[in-house]
Amino acid sequence: MNNMTIPLNPKLFDADVEQAPIRQGFGEGLLEAGRADERVVAMCCDLTESTKMDAFAKEFPKRFFEMGIMEQSSASVASGMAAMGKVPFVSSYAMFSPGRNWEQIRTTICYNDRPVKIAGSHAGVSVGPDGGTHQAVEDIALTRVIPRMVVITPCDSIEAKKATLAMAKTNSPTYIRLAREKTPIITTADTPFEIGKAQIFYRPEGVQVKVGIIACGSLVYNAILAARDLAGEGVGAIVMNIGTVKPLDREAVIALAKECGTIVTVEEHQVAGGMGSAVAEVLASEHPTRMKFVGVQDQFGQSGNPLELIEHYGMGVSHIKEAVRSLIS
Amino acid sequence: MTHLNDEKIKFLEVKANDIRKSIIESLVEAKSGHTAGPLGMADIFTAFYFHILKQDPKNPSWEDRDRVVLSNGHICPVLYAAMAHAGYFPIEELKTLRKFGSRLQGHPHREFLPMLETSSGPLGQGLSQAVGMALVDRLDRGQNSNRTVYCFLGDGELNEGQIWEAAMLAGKEKLHNLVAIIDRNNIQIDGFTENIMPLEPLALKWAAFGWHVLEIDGHNMEAIVDAVNQARAIFEKPSVIIAHTIPGKNVDMFEFDYKWHGNPPNKEQGEKALAELRTLGGKITGEHE
Repeated sequence: MNNMTIPLNPKLFDADVEQAPIRQGFGEGLLEAGRADERVVAMCCDLTESTKMDAFAKEFPKRFFEMGIMEQSSASVASGMAAMGKVPFVSSYAMFSPGRNWEQIRTTICYNDRPVKIAGSHAGVSVGPDGGTHQAVEDIALTRVIPRMVVITPCDSIEAKKATLAMAKTNSPTYIRLAREKTPIITTADTPFEIGKAQIFYRPEGVQVKVGIIACGSLVYNAILAARDLAGEGVGAIVMNIGTVKPLDREAVIALAKECGTIVTVEEHQVAGGMGSAVAEVLASEHPTRMKFVGVQDQFGQSGNPLELIEHYGMGVSHIKEAVRSLIS
Repeated sequence: MTHLNDEKIKFLEVKANDIRKSIIESLVEAKSGHTAGPLGMADIFTAFYFHILKQDPKNPSWEDRDRVVLSNGHICPVLYAAMAHAGYFPIEELKTLRKFGSRLQGHPHREFLPMLETSSGPLGQGLSQAVGMALVDRLDRGQNSNRTVYCFLGDGELNEGQIWEAAMLAGKEKLHNLVAIIDRNNIQIDGFTENIMPLEPLALKWAAFGWHVLEIDGHNMEAIVDAVNQARAIFEKPSVIIAHTIPGKNVDMFEFDYKWHGNPPNKEQGEKALAELRTLGGKITGEHE
């Protein structure tokens, strides 16, 4: 399928590729982090099952705090807990945390330099039928702009678990972006994960490489599918998974731009201020490169099923291919 | 805490006067900052930093210390002055308030002054942090922990919804190791609190949220210490002390005037204020300073 040395799901291109929600990996990672380190505490805003904190809550009832529907206070309560030596995880929907409680996160967590971990579930339009009020497509922009904040966007459930375990061990305030829907498993237990490191997930064989596709979150899968199709057409595109939007793996991004000459970014997020913007900031100053941005184009989401919403907002496989073709034409 | 006798009360009153003088001096130097709130809270901060708090100024990260969260960060001139006089850092440093490179930021920032429990300024966020601290204190040390988390709040900031989120949570968790102290001085930037956004019946509101409520004269040392003692003796719920204070207390031209909420005295006004404080409002006639 490709000449990668990095271990990925061998059944990645099968029609019945295994699927799991990214938030599930967070829940598994949190439970394991809780077993490994008793400083880990968790709090949720009346969405314990939905954000997959239930396993932790069941095993560690004293270290789990039901906060009710108060995202603003929860961020600051977590800051107070971190001040007392804990490693608090706060979960809610991304729209409300870090959406509603942005200033509490900025001031009481990041300004204060407290290692609080914010888990924002139900990010992106793929939330589906709940509609635009519940589809966070601004959260990467909101978090990456805050000094000290680390922003992680796992591409699948397995990476989410590894990311959760990794962030529990750092002293940095951290945001992890989770999605509601089941999405294909791309990585394996053996795929390395390191905060701040990007990885090439697809490199075509036998065609000249002309475009680098940098993707994050569940759309990494679409990016890989697009690159495979394009390789069949004789168009070479490398796919890079940006597991961490901040700190961005600048060296890897610049190297990819140098190798490919053009870049397409793919994210389930507003194009303004998102991962693509972060990539553009690096490339504009270090290695100016022609780019296309696949993402939400200054719109709100709406009700629908996840796949039709991804298509409607221009983030499907065909849209990624189109962006690649337009760059090399 | 030790017994409060007449001698200690006198000592505290003199100390409060010193702290008020330091507040004026630092504000005159800074040329910006808040005057009314710090002067109004000088007695309470003196009682805390010279009698109530379990602390070690030479070892500010001592694990057994009480925790102090200043939610209304804009009254930091009184926090800084009390801390300096208590020995946390040199008193001369108070004159660097709000200046570039100073540890004494315009609103408290623990990156610059790590001995602070928290940075603050944006209103309404301190009580939540104090609740987090109290929850962990109980988680780690159980019901019999002898640490207390004190949170200082302004009355104006009670307009913020987050305060009531935190109040609800503290009530739910019955956090007896948490004591909130409200500076009830009835002013905020735009005017009197009851005109801007009425808070009354304030005591009933806190009681309804599951708190033990105490109301005191915030300039009476004995009342301050008694209230804290009573709050600490309550084991069923968190306590809130509504401290009635006079904004700008002990300087005639500042008292009761909301216009002094967010303005500093200029050099001339500062000298006048300092003279008034030195003579204890004219009670001492032979001024030598």
